Amino acid sequence: MDKLRLRFKKTGRAIYISHLDLMHTMQRGFSRAGYELRYSEGFNPHPLISILLPLSVGASSVCELMDFRLKRDCDLTALPAELTAVLPEGLEIIEAYEPQRKSAELKWLQVEGVFEYDERPADKMAELLKEFYSGKEIVISKRTKRGMGESNIAEAIRSIDFTQDGNDVKISAVISAQEPTLNPELLAEALRQLLPEAAPDFAKFTRIETFDANMEIYR
Amino acid sequence: MNKKLERILPLVQKPARYTGGEYNQIIKDKDAVDIRLAFCFPDTYEIGMSNLGMSILYHTMNSLDYVWCERVFAPWGDMYEQMKEHAIPLYALESGDALSEFDAIAFSIGYEMAYTTVLDMLDMAGLPLRTAERGELLPLVFAGGSAAVNAEPMAPFIDLFLIGEGEEMNNELLALLRQAKLEKWSKHDFLVKAAQIEGVYVPSLYEISYNADGTVCAITPRDGAPEKVRKRIITDLDSAPYPTKPVVPSTEVVHDRVCLELFRGCVRGCRFCQAGHIYRPIRSKKPETLVKQGIETLKNTGYEELTLLSLSTSDYRPLSELCDGLLDYCEPKSISLSLPSLRADNFSMEIMERLQKVRKSGLTFAVEGGSQRLRDAINKNVTEEDVLNTCSLAFSGGWNNVKLYYMLGLPTETDEDIVGIAQMADDVLHAWRVNAKNKNRGVKITISTSCFIPKPHSPFQWESEISIEEYLRRVNLLRSSITAKNVTYNWHDAQTSLIEAVLSRGDRKVADAIEKVFRDGGRLDSWTDYFSFDRWMKAFEECGIDVDFYAARERSTDEILPWDMIDVGVRKQHLIHEREMCYKNTLSPDCRKQCSGCGALKLMKGGRCDG
Repeated sequence: MDKLRLRFKKTGRAIYISHLDLMHTMQRGFSRAGYELRYSEGFNPHPLISILLPLSVGASSVCELMDFRLKRDCDLTALPAELTAVLPEGLEIIEAYEPQRKSAELKWLQVEGVFEYDERPADKMAELLKEFYSGKEIVISKRTKRGMGESNIAEAIRSIDFTQDGNDVKISAVISAQEPTLNPELLAEALRQLLPEAAPDFAKFTRIETFDANMEIYR
Repeated sequence: MNKKLERILPLVQKPARYTGGEYNQIIKDKDAVDIRLAFCFPDTYEIGMSNLGMSILYHTMNSLDYVWCERVFAPWGDMYEQMKEHAIPLYALESGDALSEFDAIAFSIGYEMAYTTVLDMLDMAGLPLRTAERGELLPLVFAGGSAAVNAEPMAPFIDLFLIGEGEEMNNELLALLRQAKLEKWSKHDFLVKAAQIEGVYVPSLYEISYNADGTVCAITPRDGAPEKVRKRIITDLDSAPYPTKPVVPSTEVVHDRVCLELFRGCVRGCRFCQAGHIYRPIRSKKPETLVKQGIETLKNTGYEELTLLSLSTSDYRPLSELCDGLLDYCEPKSISLSLPSLRADNFSMEIMERLQKVRKSGLTFAVEGGSQRLRDAINKNVTEEDVLNTCSLAFSGGWNNVKLYYMLGLPTETDEDIVGIAQMADDVLHAWRVNAKNKNRGVKITISTSCFIPKPHSPFQWESEISIEEYLRRVNLLRSSITAKNVTYNWHDAQTSLIEAVLSRGDRKVADAIEKVFRDGGRLDSWTDYFSFDRWMKAFEECGIDVDFYAARERSTDEILPWDMIDVGVRKQHLIHEREMCYKNTLSPDCRKQCSGCGALKLMKGGRCDG
């Protein structure tokens, strides 16, 4: 077996584990479950694991993907349960398999979000949001490696819908996963910058599913 | 997750330290236990989760089926601000429940600078700070840890202290607390009963009277409390509980590795060292126990590093055998083994070579004093020859980074001793020139000094601490004596040392100043980010605490010391003798050469001291 891939959930208390800490946690998890990861060669060997799309701290996901390599072949059907049993609360392995597709083919992400409004009517907010996100140009300023830059996030949104749910507004969207990467947190940030009256008091997101450029489910 | 918490966690740094949910955390049904215990470490998660004592006691206390012990740490400043702003009380990591739902609040206090954080955590839990203001039995507030050997500065805040090792004692206390809770005893009745458990010190059952000059006049126990509270120890470490399934943090902490404790106590008896005296008698674990526990823990945690813990690793007799046993398992799995606390006089290059096959990190030696005369006076049984031989070996073995630690302000220290530090650095540099394999890589020699602080229960407990001005004078003398450019000199600031000196030998009167500092915003004082010297000095002044009385004053050996009700095993007469030997510049043989009859053996109840 060469490259292997894990699909897993990161929910509950585990959503606060950072990307780097997650790699470390997974590494230790493999070790606890008795699987030996393959290491890179060279002066400073590190285990060969990589997470396809790093997830922001505080965001949940039920469709995370991680590639890894093992020293020895193993029973891939037994691995998910064995690994889940030794991981922190909130990390759950769904399946392990030999991936057929390159990570670059992952293009779209389906995400769901909740916008919480403490003192504003959610139905009214949902209307404002629909109108705002129907625009072709939503240019926000964001921090990049080269300082502040401008970005039209509308180009990275394939579809987006808002529905009222009690005091909250639920968001369902398909956004670009790579090239460009759209952090769903920017869906709330855009409002803070351009439509403060509809900016939520709190926003949280969950990644639901991964797709390729043709909107076929990506594994 | 709590809605309020969910909103603030994205706003703070490293939120994973505030959520719990780690692998191996212990979850119980809160309705199925009689005692809910909040085990508080008065520092950050990263520090507290690195503490082996905390890990051991978390497991021993949770071994009682009627107790659920959960972890609580002090939030860093950003989280603290958010919790205050959103009125979120301090909560325990496992359940997320506020401390107001707990039956007992326990603190592990390892160092004096944590005192304000203890008060802060009580306050964040919504509790009055003073034991006298907490009339009900529950929640019971108790504390242990090495700072408890002088509990007096914190006595007004803590209902009872546990002196010594807690593996057995804590559970005896919890059994009594359970009975008291179920039978609805008053707090006073409980405390009187608890004081009968060996190792339990209930400050409110001891009346302290003072002389006109501020020294202690008498310590009077009442309600049957013992005149001397004798430290508890575990006689047999091999059969003592060791957590082979410790909580594995999901975020980086300071000591992120398996930690194996080789032995407790120390054979050396350095006269400035509190730990070397309060952890006696010496009890070691068998190498086979350690290998078994080490492998089991590595399997259960997935850690890729293991470290050996003790006051002086190279004094562990079967060290080589232990390393062999561990390396057999670790090497093929690329698990690294590290050995801190090595001594320059019996350092084994062979062991070091085997341990550090890949990376050659720096070597650190605590030399403490700059001349042989001074090292003899403090009973630091290390010669210049030892240090130079070890460094020569290290340099020829490819190491090129050596750190040497010293203290300034030790009793009998002269300017000559201080200049001697610089001389030794030059000699080490010379040893590098003669022995280095590859001189092109250069060499780095680092000298560090800190200010000596006299500690309770050590032979220097009667000594004075030098002033900040004097410390700086000595620092400058050393600075100007160091000429070689490969030698770096770092000195620890003396302001913290002065505060620590007041607190470590403080009495109950000092408590007011600690509370004042806390009320004035003091917390996490062991962090330079938060420590404020001025805040402390202002509080001392406002509370009428004379800093010199506590820090600078030399005590007479017949003075009643504030911590005299605590018996750590070592006799006062032994400490006095050791101090006299200091002034004669005379070494005492280490415990293995000749037993000095220090008195700690009486704690063994028939067992054998491994000195």
